[in-house]
Amino acid sequence: METAVSTEGLRKSYADHEVLRGIDLSVSSGEVLGLLGPNGAGKTTIVRILATLLKPDAGKVTVAGYDLSKDVREIRRRIGLTGQYAAVDEILTGRENLRLIGVLLGLGRRKAHARADELLEQFDLTHAADRLAKTYSGGMRRRLDLAASLVSMPSVLFLDEPTTGLDVTSRQLLWRMVREQVDRGVSVLLTTQYLEEADQLADRVVVIDKGGIIAEGTPEELKRKVGGEYLEASVATAAELPQLVGALAKSSAESPTVDEKARRASIPLTGGMGTIAEVTAGLKAAGVEPLDFAIRRASMDDVFLALTGQTTAAGETGSTEQKHDERQTPRGEEAA
Amino acid sequence: MTETIIHCRALIGRHMLHMKRTPEQLLSFTLIPVVFVLVFGYLFGSAMEVPGDQSYQEYIMAGIFIQVALSNLGQTALGVVGDLENGLMDRFRSLPISRSAVLIGRTLNDVLLVAWSFVLMSVIGLLIGWRVHNGILSMLGGFGLLLLLSLAIAWLGALMGLVLRVAEAVNSVVAIAVMPLSFLSNAFIPLDGLPGWMQTIAGWNPVSAVVQACRELFGNAPATSAADTFPMRHPVPMALFLTVALLAVVVPLTLRAYEKAASRK
Ligand SMILES: Nc1ncnc2c1ncn2[C@@H]1O[C@H](COP(=O)(O)OP(=O)(O)OP(=O)(O)O)[C@@H](O)[C@H]1O
Ligand SMILES: [Mg+2]
Repeated sequence: METAVSTEGLRKSYADHEVLRGIDLSVSSGEVLGLLGPNGAGKTTIVRILATLLKPDAGKVTVAGYDLSKDVREIRRRIGLTGQYAAVDEILTGRENLRLIGVLLGLGRRKAHARADELLEQFDLTHAADRLAKTYSGGMRRRLDLAASLVSMPSVLFLDEPTTGLDVTSRQLLWRMVREQVDRGVSVLLTTQYLEEADQLADRVVVIDKGGIIAEGTPEELKRKVGGEYLEASVATAAELPQLVGALAKSSAESPTVDEKARRASIPLTGGMGTIAEVTAGLKAAGVEPLDFAIRRASMDDVFLALTGQTTAAGETGSTEQKHDERQTPRGEEAA
Repeated sequence: MTETIIHCRALIGRHMLHMKRTPEQLLSFTLIPVVFVLVFGYLFGSAMEVPGDQSYQEYIMAGIFIQVALSNLGQTALGVVGDLENGLMDRFRSLPISRSAVLIGRTLNDVLLVAWSFVLMSVIGLLIGWRVHNGILSMLGGFGLLLLLSLAIAWLGALMGLVLRVAEAVNSVVAIAVMPLSFLSNAFIPLDGLPGWMQTIAGWNPVSAVVQACRELFGNAPATSAADTFPMRHPVPMALFLTVALLAVVVPLTLRAYEKAASRK
């Protein structure tokens, strides 16, 4: 099996609302594809179709080598789904949840129990295994949910916003667990609104908006396409900032982007090492000792905003605000 | 097939754990039916007159059995709504299991619970003077009919849950549907006392046919029968036909709704 998931001309409408307008996707075996899009872009709809929960109106879809219109059962044998909302039985314990799935999968009692124990261990839930799932924290619940979708040892895993609502630690823990699955050769299709998540996990990213694909590539490619590289420096005191800006301005056709609050300035890095040397010399001449001096690449945030700019400007809700905030510090944490 | 049995057993096991951990649910299958029998049989029984030499206690039992079977509609529907809300329905549907397993598991489970209520009610009924008079086979036939009705109601409840998807909607539909169905029937009051047009409606009400069928099978039917409608003249075959017809209509619809079930949104 070379292609884990492929869709051609995938369409779905609700009444006269066209939710997917012809989506072509493919996930190679062992690959992690990130599906990035704002609220209402159609991410969940795509995942639900691929996970056999929703029938598409049109399009050719294969999952794990089987045709969605013919072999639903074969597909179900090979996929795992972690939906947008954790699907756990709150009145069962973590262990009981996993055992139930195991028995439903036909593992038989003994194997189902063994598999449950194994997954509890793997997902760091052994200590809470016999507590009702309703007492779990958001992060534990998500881990249990992910574990439940792995009971069958699927070859294709669908993750719909797996870390939405989790704190940083839980998010990183979950990422690690997803990576472990990838290392075992599981193909993953992941949707997310967290740009960092796509950056962290995905080999390739497809950006969708309003039911259509608007960009595609590796996270690096996308970042290059939009922003390219930046030379960024910060200084310790506000007094030094004008000198820093001056030194940067000499090496750039564009005027530097300045963040007064962070005492930071940056220019597009067009001349490679030459520019770096020039700026370094300029700073030395001005007697400015930068706190931080680095080449940065446009973050996924920039990519996302540049591509879906219209949508966010039109004023959606929720994550839009977050995107605007991130705009204030366009060249984010990712050092090149 | 054996696969489906294994799945159903696992799912019923799940529901039983729920029951154990939410005792108020078990209470509603235990206490409410018992209180029903006591209130209707004992309190009202002393005030109500039934035509012929029938005691109201004997007359009322079939009515209460069926009332309890009908009110189970909400139980099943709310259970399904719960599974839609917490996303488990999606999880189940993405597993390679037969589409009927989840629904059979739930409906059978709810029938088992109603059966438990029936046992308790029968014991209390016997204590306050309810007797069956047509022999054991006929009595088993009566309970068989009650369980079949409960199964049909459970499937109808599952369908309601899948279609309505929201607890509030389920509650209002149950309130609107169940009350008139059982109160505009012969479940609690002899039809003789009703005005003519109401007698006709109640006489054609499917619930009346099932209640009347149970009364005949238990040997609790009053000698003189009011509301001379076709279903009331042939209650047993009519009740059987209605229940099977309900199942035949509702089961395929429910399976279809399950296939398209959408969680939350
Ligand atoms: N059952 C439905 N009936 C009508 N419209 C629907 C239904 N399900 C989804 N939609 C619409 O389809 C569009 C895409 O929804 P979808 O859930 O796929 O978006 P999403 O990208 O997952 O968004 P989010 O980030 O909010 O989860 C939305 O406009 C939504 O309102
Ligand atoms: Mg979504």
